[in-house]
Amino acid sequence: MPKLTINGTEIEVAPGTSILQAAESLGYEIPRFCYHDRLSVPGNCRMCLVEVEGAPKPVASCAMAAGEGMIVHTDTDRVRRARQNVMEFLLINHPLDCPICDQGGECDLQDQAVAYGYDRSRYRESKRAVPNKNIGPLIKTIMTRCIQCTRCVRFGEEIAGVTELGLLHRGEDVEIGTFVEKAVSTELSGNMIDICPVGALTSAPYAYKARPWELRKTQSIDISDAAGSNIRIDSRGNEVLRILPRLHEGINEEWISDKARFCYDGVSRGRLDTPWLRDEPGAKLRPVSWEEALTFVAGRLRKIRAKDMAALAGDLADLESVVALKDLMTQLGTPHLDCRMDGARFDPSSRANYLFNTTIAGLERADCILLVGTNPRWESTMINARIRKAWRQKKGALPVGLIGEEADLTYPVEHIGETAAALKEIIGGKHPFAKKMKAAQNPVLIVGSAVFAREDHGAIAHLLGELARKYDIIRDGWNGMNMLHGAAGRTGALDVGFVPQAPDARGMAEIIEGTRSGAVKALYLLGTDEFNARADIGWQCFVVYQGHHGDHAAMRADVILPGAAWTEQDGTYVNVEGRPQFARQAVSPPGEAKENWKIIRALAERLNIRLPYDTSAHISARIAADWPHLAKWDVLPDHTEIGAWDLKGEKGDLSGGVLASPVRNYYMTNPLCRASEIMARCHAAFPKGRDADSGSEDKTEQEAAE
Amino acid sequence: MKKIFEPDAAYQPDTFAFKDPKKVKDILGRYPQTHQGRRSAVMPLLDLAQRQTAKEGLKADPPHGGWIPRAAMDEIARMLDLPPVKVYEVATFYSMFQLAPVGVHLIQVCTTTPCWLRGSDRILETCREKAGIDLDETRPDGKFTLVEVECLGACVNAPIVQINDDYYEDLTPELMEDILDALEKDKKPKTAKTAKIPGKTPESSPRRKPGSS
Ligand code: SF4
Ligand code: FES
Ligand code: FES
Repeated sequence: MPKLTINGTEIEVAPGTSILQAAESLGYEIPRFCYHDRLSVPGNCRMCLVEVEGAPKPVASCAMAAGEGMIVHTDTDRVRRARQNVMEFLLINHPLDCPICDQGGECDLQDQAVAYGYDRSRYRESKRAVPNKNIGPLIKTIMTRCIQCTRCVRFGEEIAGVTELGLLHRGEDVEIGTFVEKAVSTELSGNMIDICPVGALTSAPYAYKARPWELRKTQSIDISDAAGSNIRIDSRGNEVLRILPRLHEGINEEWISDKARFCYDGVSRGRLDTPWLRDEPGAKLRPVSWEEALTFVAGRLRKIRAKDMAALAGDLADLESVVALKDLMTQLGTPHLDCRMDGARFDPSSRANYLFNTTIAGLERADCILLVGTNPRWESTMINARIRKAWRQKKGALPVGLIGEEADLTYPVEHIGETAAALKEIIGGKHPFAKKMKAAQNPVLIVGSAVFAREDHGAIAHLLGELARKYDIIRDGWNGMNMLHGAAGRTGALDVGFVPQAPDARGMAEIIEGTRSGAVKALYLLGTDEFNARADIGWQCFVVYQGHHGDHAAMRADVILPGAAWTEQDGTYVNVEGRPQFARQAVSPPGEAKENWKIIRALAERLNIRLPYDTSAHISARIAADWPHLAKWDVLPDHTEIGAWDLKGEKGDLSGGVLASPVRNYYMTNPLCRASEIMARCHAAFPKGRDADSGSEDKTEQEAAE
Repeated sequence: MKKIFEPDAAYQPDTFAFKDPKKVKDILGRYPQTHQGRRSAVMPLLDLAQRQTAKEGLKADPPHGGWIPRAAMDEIARMLDLPPVKVYEVATFYSMFQLAPVGVHLIQVCTTTPCWLRGSDRILETCREKAGIDLDETRPDGKFTLVEVECLGACVNAPIVQINDDYYEDLTPELMEDILDALEKDKKPKTAKTAKIPGKTPESSPRRKPGSS
């Protein structure tokens, strides 16, 4: 362990630590442009120069490993002058157009120019100009501002796994581009906007909208998938202007998917902002007051027996409203509840059955991964990025097998088979991948929840159990069995038991069936937008839809109760790992729309049922009383308590058919995305959200590692 | 000068195939079959492609010199299983690689400080007059292209001109004229060695007898 002295303070660091990192751990800030702690180190901007005693010239601290006995100065006159000179060179060709640049106020170059820039220019030659590039609908490029730090190039190559940007030409002519005009086809492209230290890559939808200091910043949670990425919502007045990632080492690190970043404009488009009511089946919906709508619903529900009612909780429902709805339905006496909008039918009695037990960060310890019926790239981008990270950390020595639809996941994948029959091959032990499973210390199995919506889910669950036992996927100190959901609200709803309340109670499919047979006479839909309600729900059933977008379900509803979207209310979301997180309210709901749990609370009142909570604090207390683990924000479940996966299934015949991923179109997975113009543009640019020829380098990188 | 690259220009062929599979195999065999190893093969393959078009160019009308079409870069990327941009990066970086058609004789005049101090301005002027073209131009008959380059690494015998694979050193306007005259007649010009003034290598160092280096 080298010991060195930085500015007179001695410090011992792990071998291989750079001087920059060592200095940082002592609290000395070193300016930098090209260095980024999650990317490789090119050492090409020279801004991080420091003085090392004995070295003839200042050295680039990001690329120089700390050595035994080094004496480093980070803040001498010489260092300052060297950095000033670097800055002067960087600014020679920079347009200095901060007043019209969107990066203004949060620009590394601007900030560091304050510290190291001269107040006037000595440069009298003509400046160079670089043509802007068209690299897709999300990133606006103003390439004359680029300082060639190559962060964006390295991000594409290393994190996103899509090598499309490059550093082209040389010397004064050097530029960043794709050479052949091409949209950068990665679902992580928005992060390039964040890591670009200048205003060369900025957000196209946010262009010229606001200055960072005008924005109100609210901590929230992403709901575009179930990973629960941490985000920050930036708003001005009552308008959400952009979404940025927040650091969370356990989930998204400092990245988010493009869907998480750019679906926000869907919130304000196509909204339900007033209650609507249809007086009788077939009549037209007419806007009404809350009073009238709630009284009408209560009146109708009173006439229907509890066992003829049912309720469904949708993909984006927050924990509070699900609890309120469950409390209401329980008090009414209805056992027919379900939250599994994809029609999955697994046994939710043990939490370990439906959680991502390995945890997202835990994937880095995995040494063999088997994916069954899931495409993590489209179902949970951050989990896919983590698998890629693990694969890179292991220098390619991480076998990943896939049973299901073939897919490009940005890392090499062994496609074992399309149907569940391939599971038998693995269990048989003859398949080459089976040998890798056998040899693994920390094997991981990830099964998509959609697998359990199939007819033969019982037989598959049985096989999965057999496989888990055979390869010891759950062993001491390691739980490798995972279910991957796509819906942000799902895990929370399962946790509070928003599932059929009795063995003979109806689940999702039976409820829908019941509306047609007449067995279900009233149906309460809490933001359920993922099935074709208009076609599927029987005509005589009385349907109440509570939600924020006028999708299928709203059109079928007899009464529409407008609810807040996730940006407009406080709400708890439990991510796939079982980690409850709190999304704060950033703006207020439009028009008459109300917070979701309060709507249910008000309706209960009309039914003479008193739900024992009046404020957010009360409902939090209510949740904490029954589910104390859901009140502990950002705490992972204790696996010694919740036990192991025990989906038994039953031996049976497989029905064949491809184990397809439920995500058919990455940019259109929820009503917010479908209402979003930006997502529509992405959809047009990347028709299926997938690009067959991306990620080709990775296959070869793997060999490099061997 | 920034390299010209027009990926969608009319002169870009749609496809490219290496005519000498043995050479290709030989090149691929030189490097380890790893990711890094294959990346090393990019440069020799680019060079091979350029030589191939140069050979074909002699028979074309008007004739042209060696250059690398986009299709060739894509083909190399495909062969090596690399993203195409990794090949583009290399091809745009080095001035040896031409990405647009050039004349049969590519005259590269070094104008960096040592050559400039030794009179590269006059050499360039001679080229302009003799070849009848300006910098970055190709003569309509496809014979000459004139470009300016940075240090060719032979400053010791400045001023230097590189024409295709040959260096011409210690140039004077007269020597330059002779060289271009010879090329005009499709003759092999006298090379640097024969043009060298005896005993003058380099001027600032102690005199050496010819051949005693
Ligand atoms: S575009 Fe931005 S991130 Fe990319 S090299 Fe230029 S300055 Fe760096
Ligand atoms: S940060 Fe060290 S060279 Fe760029
Ligand atoms: S300056 Fe002309 S060869 Fe070096």
